[in-house]
Amino acid sequence: TMAAALRGSLVTLAKGLTGSCPRWQLLAARPLSVTSALCGPEAPPARADAIFRVTMVPGDGVGPELMTAVKEVFRAGDVPVEFEEFHLSEVQHMDSDEKLEEVLTSMKTNRVAMKGKINTPMEFKGELASFEMKIRRRLDLFANVVHVNSLPGYSTRHNNLDLVIIREQTEGEYSSLEHESVPGVIECLKIITREKSRRIAKFAFDYATKKGRNKVTAVHKANIMKLADGLFLQCCAEVAELYPKIKYENIIIDNCCMQLVQNPYQFDVLVMPNLYGNIIDNLAAGLVGGAGVVPGESYSAEYAVFETGARHPFAQAVGRNIANPTAMLLSAANMLHHLNLEYHSNMVSDAVRRVIKQGKVRTRDLGGYSTTGDFVQAVVGNLRHRPLY
Amino acid sequence: MAASNAVLSMSKIIKPIWGGRLATSAKVLPQVFGATVSSVREKSTVGRIIPPPAKYGGRHTVTLIPGDGIGPELLNHVRELFRFSCVPVDFEVVNVCSSTEDDINNAITAIRRNGVALKGNIETLHTLPASHKSRNNLLRTSLDLYANVMHCKSLPGVQTRHNNIDIMIIRENTEGEYSSLEHESVTGVVECLKIITRTNSLRIAEYAFKLAREKGRKRVTAVHKANIMKLGDGLFLQCCREVAAGYPDIAFDAMIVDNTTMQLVSKPQQFDVMVMPNLYGNVVSNVCAGLVGGPGLVPGANYGHDYAVFETATRNTGKSIADRNIANPTAMLLASCMMLDHLKLYDYATMIRNAVLTTMNETRLHTADIGGQGTTSEVVQAIMRNIQSKGPLTSEL
Repeated sequence: TMAAALRGSLVTLAKGLTGSCPRWQLLAARPLSVTSALCGPEAPPARADAIFRVTMVPGDGVGPELMTAVKEVFRAGDVPVEFEEFHLSEVQHMDSDEKLEEVLTSMKTNRVAMKGKINTPMEFKGELASFEMKIRRRLDLFANVVHVNSLPGYSTRHNNLDLVIIREQTEGEYSSLEHESVPGVIECLKIITREKSRRIAKFAFDYATKKGRNKVTAVHKANIMKLADGLFLQCCAEVAELYPKIKYENIIIDNCCMQLVQNPYQFDVLVMPNLYGNIIDNLAAGLVGGAGVVPGESYSAEYAVFETGARHPFAQAVGRNIANPTAMLLSAANMLHHLNLEYHSNMVSDAVRRVIKQGKVRTRDLGGYSTTGDFVQAVVGNLRHRPLY
Repeated sequence: MAASNAVLSMSKIIKPIWGGRLATSAKVLPQVFGATVSSVREKSTVGRIIPPPAKYGGRHTVTLIPGDGIGPELLNHVRELFRFSCVPVDFEVVNVCSSTEDDINNAITAIRRNGVALKGNIETLHTLPASHKSRNNLLRTSLDLYANVMHCKSLPGVQTRHNNIDIMIIRENTEGEYSSLEHESVTGVVECLKIITRTNSLRIAEYAFKLAREKGRKRVTAVHKANIMKLGDGLFLQCCREVAAGYPDIAFDAMIVDNTTMQLVSKPQQFDVMVMPNLYGNVVSNVCAGLVGGPGLVPGANYGHDYAVFETATRNTGKSIADRNIANPTAMLLASCMMLDHLKLYDYATMIRNAVLTTMNETRLHTADIGGQGTTSEVVQAIMRNIQSKGPLTSEL
């Protein structure tokens, strides 16, 4: 920690030097009455002498490669974050419960984590809940947020898309309650509770309020599941009454899918139960360029986990240096924002966006020929292209 | 194959239990559920739901009501300081204009969803018609913020006539003289109703004694005027006595309000915790704030069962010194520390509070109200410098 503290102070020192005048004069020179709190993004980093510890679980498939990309960019940008890395997998014979406990303890201490996808094998081995589900349940990571935002410079069928998908991810179809009631008949229980439905609805409206959005749409199938999805819908409507300035609508899942591919601009924030969320997350990610470009995050009251928006291990790409690190890098930028490191957050996300916009370095999924490494180098090269103070 | 066998054997064990429960509940559920649905739709649900506060991933959202006068500038300093200290709090700003009804309702709804607010005072004009209620009072009563708490403590580095003052004032915040019930019964005769209820008196007394025990205090003093208002204040006093009986470890006494104010200005060290109805609370808290250095120094909090609103203790608008960069930021900064304590962000609260107090004591950088020549922004910057000098804050992150 001593060395880390030293490094931190060196960083501040360096920033002070490049800035040509010390921070205090800058503060004094600022107009103080109205704008002082509003000059956030362009102000020097807040308390850059602090080092933030973050848990990192690279997971399976290309996860470790993406995490290497994040670490490289962070190192190049002098980001004051220290990762505590854990390798956890269900398919590579590392699936001990002690290991899981270790990871959970670390996540609980650090409160913030970055995670790749931990692959869940399809076959049944006596355990219905996967590691992913166990982590979500133990940390109560109930809300998954995927912000689908078109990247300027990469053209798709729908450009300038900007919508947020909020998914409940602790109950619904993912209850891990399945049994064979009569031979040949399997019952899988979908659980919807009032408490959790209200909680996710409130999360969606709070998110909309915080990000200045205008509309929340609940996605459901209450015409068929009248009680379960009906309860979800009722909870959303109740919570909506607390937010008179935000428009509330609802839409049936099948229609929602059709509308999303036909006219996605009509949506703003979407909130839905677990399985619908899974499908819509992937569908919407596909609209702007696929699993490699959309970041995601999961929240409980206490903890936050940053990951990719569409969670796939992409195992066929392992070791081929072709995975697109955009999603994970943008997610890392979101994490920095969560840690109050606005300056560093903007630095990373601006660099990624600039590389995409220039269009010279593109990975295969976006129609280019560059490798993961090339892309990371391009991002690193763009980190310092910011105006200095 | 082995896997499917496992499913089979497991399902055989579970089947009778689930089968039975599902069969019975399936018949009952629709009617029961239908009934609840319709009853919910008849009533307005806003007042009934107390949703969990907006806290996600360890970050809180807090409603910020800038108010009038010096409120906006002081709250901007709070935001700047929070950002600088990496406090995991986001603000939802709700501007309230004192003339329209909509704004205050928006503010109240915003507090209902976030649970906590930090506010500057909203101006109440005396010239407006009687139907115009004080926005501040409306906010407190609609959210049932029954306990107003202020802690008057002599601050090191501030010159005052009395030293070593350490008084906690707990004021009933929702009834009494502030009932807004006034009418002209006969031409030329106006009746203003002061309401004292048993429930609310017991509630505030209970709160006072609980807080006294929590903070390790020795004595609670009830302030009243039961010699004149034998029934109203008598009821209040009686409720305090009843509650006191349940706290044998804490001494209880009562004092008449006029005598209290005299004692306060002559020998304030005799008081420990004080509990009182609304209007006396208003008067006594202003006297106490004056004793320790004025309205710019003392923070205040309003607690209800579900919500909490933090502001300066004496609730001044400070119109005369607005936008001149001379207001004392201490009270609002300490109020924000009380808020951080309420959000259980103790480390951040201690860090900021220590920086505020150290700055006041050691650098002697004071604003004009306590005899200095510093400006608001100079004081805030000195506080930031102090936080910066304390080194990295990494242990709890």
